[in-house]
Amino acid sequence: MTQADSAYIKPLPEPGPVTQLFWDAAREGRLCIQRSKNTGKYVFYPRAVSPFGPNDELEWADVSGRGTVYSYTVARRPTAPQWANEGPLIIAIVELEEGPRMTANILGCAPEDVAIGMAVTASFEAVTPEVTLVQFRPAAE
Amino acid sequence: MTLRGKAAITGVAEFKPARYTHGATTLGMLAEVARDAIADAGLEMGEVDGLITESFAEAPMFAPATLVEYLGIDARFAEVVDHGGATGAGMVLRAAAAIAAGLCETVVCTTAARREQRSTDGPKRSANTGWAGRRRDRTPYAEFEEPYGAIGANFGYALIANRYMHEHGVKPEQLARIAVAQRYNACHNPDALFFGQPITVDDVLNSPVIVDPLHLLEIVMPVAGAAAVVVTSAKRAKKLKGHAPAYILGAGEHTTHRSITYAPSLTDSPIRAAAETAFKMAGVRRKDIDLASIYDCYTITVLISLEDAGFVKKGRGGQFVDEHNLQFDGDFPLNPHGGQLSFGQAGIAGGMSHVTEAARQVMGRAKGRQVKKCELAYVNGNGGIMSEQVSLIFGRDA
Repeated sequence: MTQADSAYIKPLPEPGPVTQLFWDAAREGRLCIQRSKNTGKYVFYPRAVSPFGPNDELEWADVSGRGTVYSYTVARRPTAPQWANEGPLIIAIVELEEGPRMTANILGCAPEDVAIGMAVTASFEAVTPEVTLVQFRPAAE
Repeated sequence: MTLRGKAAITGVAEFKPARYTHGATTLGMLAEVARDAIADAGLEMGEVDGLITESFAEAPMFAPATLVEYLGIDARFAEVVDHGGATGAGMVLRAAAAIAAGLCETVVCTTAARREQRSTDGPKRSANTGWAGRRRDRTPYAEFEEPYGAIGANFGYALIANRYMHEHGVKPEQLARIAVAQRYNACHNPDALFFGQPITVDDVLNSPVIVDPLHLLEIVMPVAGAAAVVVTSAKRAKKLKGHAPAYILGAGEHTTHRSITYAPSLTDSPIRAAAETAFKMAGVRRKDIDLASIYDCYTITVLISLEDAGFVKKGRGGQFVDEHNLQFDGDFPLNPHGGQLSFGQAGIAGGMSHVTEAARQVMGRAKGRQVKKCELAYVNGNGGIMSEQVSLIFGRDA
């Protein structure tokens, strides 16, 4: 953590009753998402109702944190003023081993090294005392 | 019930795109361009009994009633359409449906984007207060994407473009040719933002990369502007004096996601089903289409739209661009007004520009950029990041 963290200026998630558990888990270094009680199929982001059918319910489960880059872009210009003082930002859709896709940044990776299909693992980045973002880094060989 | 031939566009109005407005209100712009479209249709206010508007920041609620009151319209049908860039096409679909259902006879559909220059002294204000969707909300998108800088639309279309290149392959110069052809068209449209400024493929590829792999000249420029159309029953359209109507022959809509992260596919869009519904309703073939007026926020949008609307097989879009001349005077006229890429993207009115241009072309009123023998036009409106899709087919005859 650096001094700048006390003045974190980027948009922060505002967890609600349905999503709080996800952010609590992230703060503990766990990636916890929902799955269907009927079929075990996973879904992201957390929701109040199952998207798999009216007779289904969702339950929470820790997942591996392993995934691959489904697609990515390198933002050469900041996508919003809060990123103005940073270099190129890798914005990616990560496909989790369990199926769902998430948007995140790929950290610890040079822009020229990121590629579709690249193996990544979840990295839990505390940006404020309350909020830990789930990010991804290249998987160890 | 089919909408085929039940209604027609009889009035069109559009403001010339400009970088900024100066002391304008969105309400005033929406009303002014609506009034112009009503006048273009040769109607009096009292002959209009329906109104469809976009959602705008000045009236977060009761927007249709506000405009009805402001314009002095006695509306039997009034509503908001909230489909991002597909709003304009979605308005026409709903107007035709309301008319076909007998709810009303004549609907004005209006869109506008004010864009006041940021003041240099005093508090900073949003440059575009007319586009309600730009405000931070409490959706899953705000919670799970914005914290990662996934803000605006550029990044999303870049994700699509990179995935498309991975799955199917398209050369950067093929994408660039789409922008170049539309700029050629804009150079024949004095109302276009980039009138008089032709570009080459090299210009596109030498422009800075904003989000890999998209260059500056493959990305729309936000402007101020407004566009409106009048949709009326075929019965009333037949009595129109002054110019020909553009009949609505087909319409279809499809939405599967808000965020591209959760889209069923990054490269196969909801356009497929929207276009299929519209073509089936119209009973026309792809090869019968004389003009494609396709939402073009980015070059990749056009490529995928051409495929999903059925003009070329998935994965062959790059080859299609090589084999066809997309200029208004070419063998596959695309966005004769210059597309939003070269005409300018006036918020929701940018999407409406594909409706107004297709209507003008079918009416034979497109002046120096008129497509020869333009009897059938295909329109696609695209909202969000390949999210809401509305396809329309216009014809010279009902």
